Amino acid sequence: MLSATCATEVMVVRGADVVLECGGLPMVGSAADRGTTGPVAELAHGTILGKRYAHQGSGLQVLCVKAGAGTLSIGGEALVPVETKQLPSSD
Amino acid sequence: MNLTMLLELAAEGDPDRVAVTCAGVDVSYAGLRDRAAQMAGQIASVQSGAVAYLGANSPDAVALMFGSALAGVPYAPINYRWTDAQIAEAVGRIAPVVVVSDSANEQRISFAEQTMPLPAQADPAAVATPAEPEDPGVLLFTSGTSGTPKAAILRHRHLVPYVLETVEFLSADPEEAILVSVPPYHIAAVSSVLTSVYAGRRMVQLEAFTAESWVEVARSESVTQAMVVPTMLNRILDLVEADGHGLPALRHLSYGGGRMPASVVARTMELLPHVDLVNAYGLTETSSTITLLTPADHREAAASDDPAVRARLGSVGKALPSVEIQVRDADGAAVAAGEPGEIWVRGDQVSGEYLSHSAIDADGWYPTRDHGCLDAEGFLFLQGRADDVIVRGGENLSPVEIEERLAAHGTVAEAAVIGVPDTEWGERVEAFVVPAEGAVIDPIELREWVRAELRSTRVPEAIHVRPELPYNETGKLLRRVLRSDLAAVRQ
Repeated sequence: MLSATCATEVMVVRGADVVLECGGLPMVGSAADRGTTGPVAELAHGTILGKRYAHQGSGLQVLCVKAGAGTLSIGGEALVPVETKQLPSSD
Repeated sequence: MNLTMLLELAAEGDPDRVAVTCAGVDVSYAGLRDRAAQMAGQIASVQSGAVAYLGANSPDAVALMFGSALAGVPYAPINYRWTDAQIAEAVGRIAPVVVVSDSANEQRISFAEQTMPLPAQADPAAVATPAEPEDPGVLLFTSGTSGTPKAAILRHRHLVPYVLETVEFLSADPEEAILVSVPPYHIAAVSSVLTSVYAGRRMVQLEAFTAESWVEVARSESVTQAMVVPTMLNRILDLVEADGHGLPALRHLSYGGGRMPASVVARTMELLPHVDLVNAYGLTETSSTITLLTPADHREAAASDDPAVRARLGSVGKALPSVEIQVRDADGAAVAAGEPGEIWVRGDQVSGEYLSHSAIDADGWYPTRDHGCLDAEGFLFLQGRADDVIVRGGENLSPVEIEERLAAHGTVAEAAVIGVPDTEWGERVEAFVVPAEGAVIDPIELREWVRAELRSTRVPEAIHVRPELPYNETGKLLRRVLRSDLAAVRQ
């Protein structure tokens, strides 16, 4: 999924029946559907490459595969970064 | 979401960082991604259901795993130590198949209609369709220590979560390097590629393991971490101890793939006191690691006067946070802490599925066929394969317990215990021992040694002295070889 407002791209790790937004607008399926406006000011904290983001209410979890300027949200509620339970390497 | 996403992220985040070093040649993340994309085009140019790889570790073998995922077909590394007939049988099971070999093995495959080489050029009209999470990502033949190898299916949805849950993206320091010496067809080699790529940790590949080359490369490439199987570690320690030069860059050593004697763990901690040790237990069918004994666990156990804590040096540690473990009796009921039984496991990374069937029950639990017990704190202790349990007069005996007692005797270097068919008892206990250097085995004394600590039913009725024990190349004791040797002698 691609952000309509910035360069952010995500992949779904755990799906949920919700509309994911980035920078205040619903995400889109292809680059052609991207808009020309940037993220709204209160949803412009940016995404980090390789970071997972989750929505507690629905269980949705996505992985950021391209970073951008927008904030991921559902119904205006920002998604929160998932902490990796980093383990000592075993392989 | 598929395996290749892990590589694409690393190539996006730090394209010029070195991904793989082999024989002194470096390949970057961007280079590896481009090579994978090129191979995906070649793979997609023919109609196949899998890509088999017959050869040693190489950057191209890594690219082939990702390229297969990009082309939407599973990657199937094959054991090159098998005979040509065994290889042909395995390849035939996953046909129609593209087979890629390294130069040492290229004469060993007879190409036919269903067994194709990788086309030299990609067909420009061919479209590579990347794998979906549900698609098989890797097909691995199990080691078959107790029978014919089974082809396990690991889907992308089994392999990717383990990496995302346990590895922080590009978290490795630039100087970190992991020495990969297990062969490509071992699950630890597959998971090592995935976690190393996502962490941004340089992989240094050994084409094939010898203790000499391992120590030499560990030093010349300033290797900071490695994974070894039990038979490798003792040989490495012998060399390091003999030349006295240590392994100055090494900070982290994990071991697994077979039971590691507690004495070898203690020796490692003595010879390499600056190195963090991790013991990992996992199976092909569980996408590698499901339990870990951490560096802190090792230190706490080694320093403890409490025998129960001290014993954890012989444990494989606790379940990963994303994995559940139960020990169950023969009726499938969970047993109390300290009671032995079969180990069952459940979690996103657990496949438990083969080409022929799935062994997962309705609630998602997979019976590992390994026997063990959990202590009150959740530390898991392995007691061997279910098939190796000796049933003597209705009593279940763990060969591991007897082997450990035998190996603790000063005259014994290695020990193996098997059940031998017996008209009176059903099975009786017999042992094979390798003498310690310069030692002479006294069977009567050894039997008394076992009797002093364990119950008399566990005393071996015969003790056979051997110059060495049969292990497979990744350090698993081959009890079935001992059983058939004995059966052949007695016929």
